[in-house]
Amino acid sequence: MTVLSDIGHLLLTADLWHAALAAAVLLLLPALGGVISERSGVVNIAMEGMMLTGAFFAVAADLILHDPWLSALVAMVAGGLMALIHAVVSIRFRADQIVSGIAINIFATGITVFLINRFYGLQDVGHLPPSELLPNLQIPLLDQIPFLGRVLFQQNVIVYVALILLLLVHVLLFRTRLGLRIRAVGEHPEAADTAGINVYRLRYGAVISSGLLSGLSGAFLAIGISNTFVPNMTDGRGYIALAAMIFGKWTPFGAFIACLIFGLGQAIYDNNSIIHVSQYLLSMLPYILTLVVLAGVVGRSQPPAADGIPYAPGTE
Amino acid sequence: MTEQPQDEAPLAVEMRQIVKAWPGVVANDHVDFEVRQGEIHALVGENGAGKSTLMNVLYGLLQPDSGEIRVRGRPVRLHGPRDAIAQGIGMVHQHFMLIPVFTTGENIMLGREPVRPGGFYDHARAGQEIAALARRYGLALDPNARMGDLPVGLQQRAEIVKVLYRGAEILILDEPTGVLTPQESAELFGVLRDLVKSGKTIIFISHKLKEVLEVSDRITVMRRGRVVGHLLTRQTSEAEIARQMVGRDVLLRVDLKPARPGPVALAVEGLGANSDRGVPALRGVSLEVRRGEILGIAGVEGNGQSELMEVLAGTRRPTAGRIRLGDRDITALDAAAIRTAGIAHIPEDRRGAGLILNYSVAGNLILGHQRDGSFAWRQFVLRLRAILEWARRLIGEFDIRTPTPQTPARSLSGGNQQKIIVARELGARPTVLLAAQPTRGVDIGAIEFIHRRIVAERDGGAAVLLVSAELDEIRSLSDRIAVIYEGRIVSIESGDAPEDRLGLLMTGGSAR
Repeated sequence: MTVLSDIGHLLLTADLWHAALAAAVLLLLPALGGVISERSGVVNIAMEGMMLTGAFFAVAADLILHDPWLSALVAMVAGGLMALIHAVVSIRFRADQIVSGIAINIFATGITVFLINRFYGLQDVGHLPPSELLPNLQIPLLDQIPFLGRVLFQQNVIVYVALILLLLVHVLLFRTRLGLRIRAVGEHPEAADTAGINVYRLRYGAVISSGLLSGLSGAFLAIGISNTFVPNMTDGRGYIALAAMIFGKWTPFGAFIACLIFGLGQAIYDNNSIIHVSQYLLSMLPYILTLVVLAGVVGRSQPPAADGIPYAPGTE
Repeated sequence: MTEQPQDEAPLAVEMRQIVKAWPGVVANDHVDFEVRQGEIHALVGENGAGKSTLMNVLYGLLQPDSGEIRVRGRPVRLHGPRDAIAQGIGMVHQHFMLIPVFTTGENIMLGREPVRPGGFYDHARAGQEIAALARRYGLALDPNARMGDLPVGLQQRAEIVKVLYRGAEILILDEPTGVLTPQESAELFGVLRDLVKSGKTIIFISHKLKEVLEVSDRITVMRRGRVVGHLLTRQTSEAEIARQMVGRDVLLRVDLKPARPGPVALAVEGLGANSDRGVPALRGVSLEVRRGEILGIAGVEGNGQSELMEVLAGTRRPTAGRIRLGDRDITALDAAAIRTAGIAHIPEDRRGAGLILNYSVAGNLILGHQRDGSFAWRQFVLRLRAILEWARRLIGEFDIRTPTPQTPARSLSGGNQQKIIVARELGARPTVLLAAQPTRGVDIGAIEFIHRRIVAERDGGAAVLLVSAELDEIRSLSDRIAVIYEGRIVSIESGDAPEDRLGLLMTGGSAR
């Protein structure tokens, strides 16, 4: 039982929760993107690829521009462009959205490796100095609070951004007219269309938003948490974000709670040196959690009614 | 019918020479259609006659290939519902355009939501708007109720209010009574008359001739994409409209000889079953069907009749009770064994449960019999020639209009798809026939045919259990009528029970 007591001790340290929150945010951004996209009725499993593309372009841009903020923006645009492909294929051409998503994920792996070889040869991409990374931000005074200060107020700037976005997405979806319309389009596009709402425009917007958010997450990973790009560095996080979205029943806060659970698993794994169990076992933890969650611990959660169904007006 | 003739009123809608073609079909072939202000105008025709296409054109959902539309005398171009709404045209669709997980208020406001600064949805103003509409038109609704929790009649009311909220002067109602009980229909007609009195114009799409005669002022009849007749309601009759719709004389009433009931073929005792959502749908159903009789089950949809048929056919497990076929207890049998035992099933979900749409007509005609010795060698290798021969015979006998037996069922019309199922099920010479919604979405001509075959089956000694949402169908075919309400048989009536009595029983009213 030493393992459990090791983990128990770990859970009492602020550092673990600090790391868990950062790991959770890495998942939260694409999960929020997924929530928006699927609420509008477009199944999105391409967060992984959009995130990976974002990560690559964040590093590539930062190496040239030496500005992490602009680079994060570039990463968002890159993620957004990948999302645009998914949008065109699944909205305009009404292709199977799962297939399109898989294609984008594979494409992202390929294009990033290709670009590395093309522009950086066989050497490694290059490392960024700490001054050119997305900075940590200590919130004055608040960061002095014992325990909570370390966990909440000594985080990377993206963590704060993500938490604000969490609130914004929630308000947008459930309190505003735009949100009502996005959800209407995801539940019953014909009803929205006959009410004079432009189904396609909203779906494009929602899918592209998911790309922007996933791209930002990629930037956080590559030039916030890490300082370089390595092939396939997202390592399935986009898929875990997808699971978090489902676990969270397609709501922003539900997804956030799921992300916290997965983030905690990740943080425990990252601290494996002080746990007396094979690190390989621990490395499976986030993925096992994902499987358990998807297998129905959450109960059967109800996706938006028109999720994954392309809209073709006026067909009978 | 309204009191004054509307012949002199100006035109509200004028559609001239509308053409709309799909690859291979001309849905609207130079259609002229006009509606006068303040009238209830019925647009009738069989499925695929082009009514819905014409109305979708008028509502901007479809763009005509050619033709001209005038609204209140002015030519208009309608590129989408938005344009139609701006012209004061509103549509209540056959399949409600409502979002079950939204509130009534959100559904009604959608597309024209009141907002507070910052784009926030304004619940309070939504409530006020709906209250104002309710006062003006006498259509009360709770704006905070979840749409999915409301009965169909109220959902339809929400659809009408939604259209009125958008300022519609011309209301198009596509098959509005298809899902309503007789009482709800009567209520709807009252609402429509009130709306016309307050100056609205109504276009009423229907294939139920009785209703059309009851509620409309004028009638336009369509057949195969063309307008074939303009009729004044007070000068016409059901038979006349039916003839124009089909293009020949139609037997509207089935010629039913008195039944000669034999021994009990199917007996059900205390049957219980759950719905897909896991809640009890049948709460102790008991009934008997004799050979040589048709027992009709009348009920508002969703009262357990679907589950009853599925349990009897073996595709849903009962939670209680017993089913006997003759002397044999078949409660525990699966669908294949039940079929072999002599029960045939026309399922209500034609495209989902009745057919494999991508299979050929011939393939569909042997579904469920694919292991029979005559169609398969050692239950394994299909005897294609025998299958084809069998298919040709049924195609001929049941008048299935298909280019070849190998044509995929998907490409046939709804009526012909239904005939495939009827042919397959009757072709097996069953002892008991379970017929669920056997003519739903089927043309008058095909309805006539299917009805005759079902009656012939009865006369041949089969026991028939018939479920239909159409009370007319139940009443015209059944020898006895069992009324189902909330999973129980509340009454067994004679085949000629009056419609209002059945309607009352169907909605849980007490029988006296």
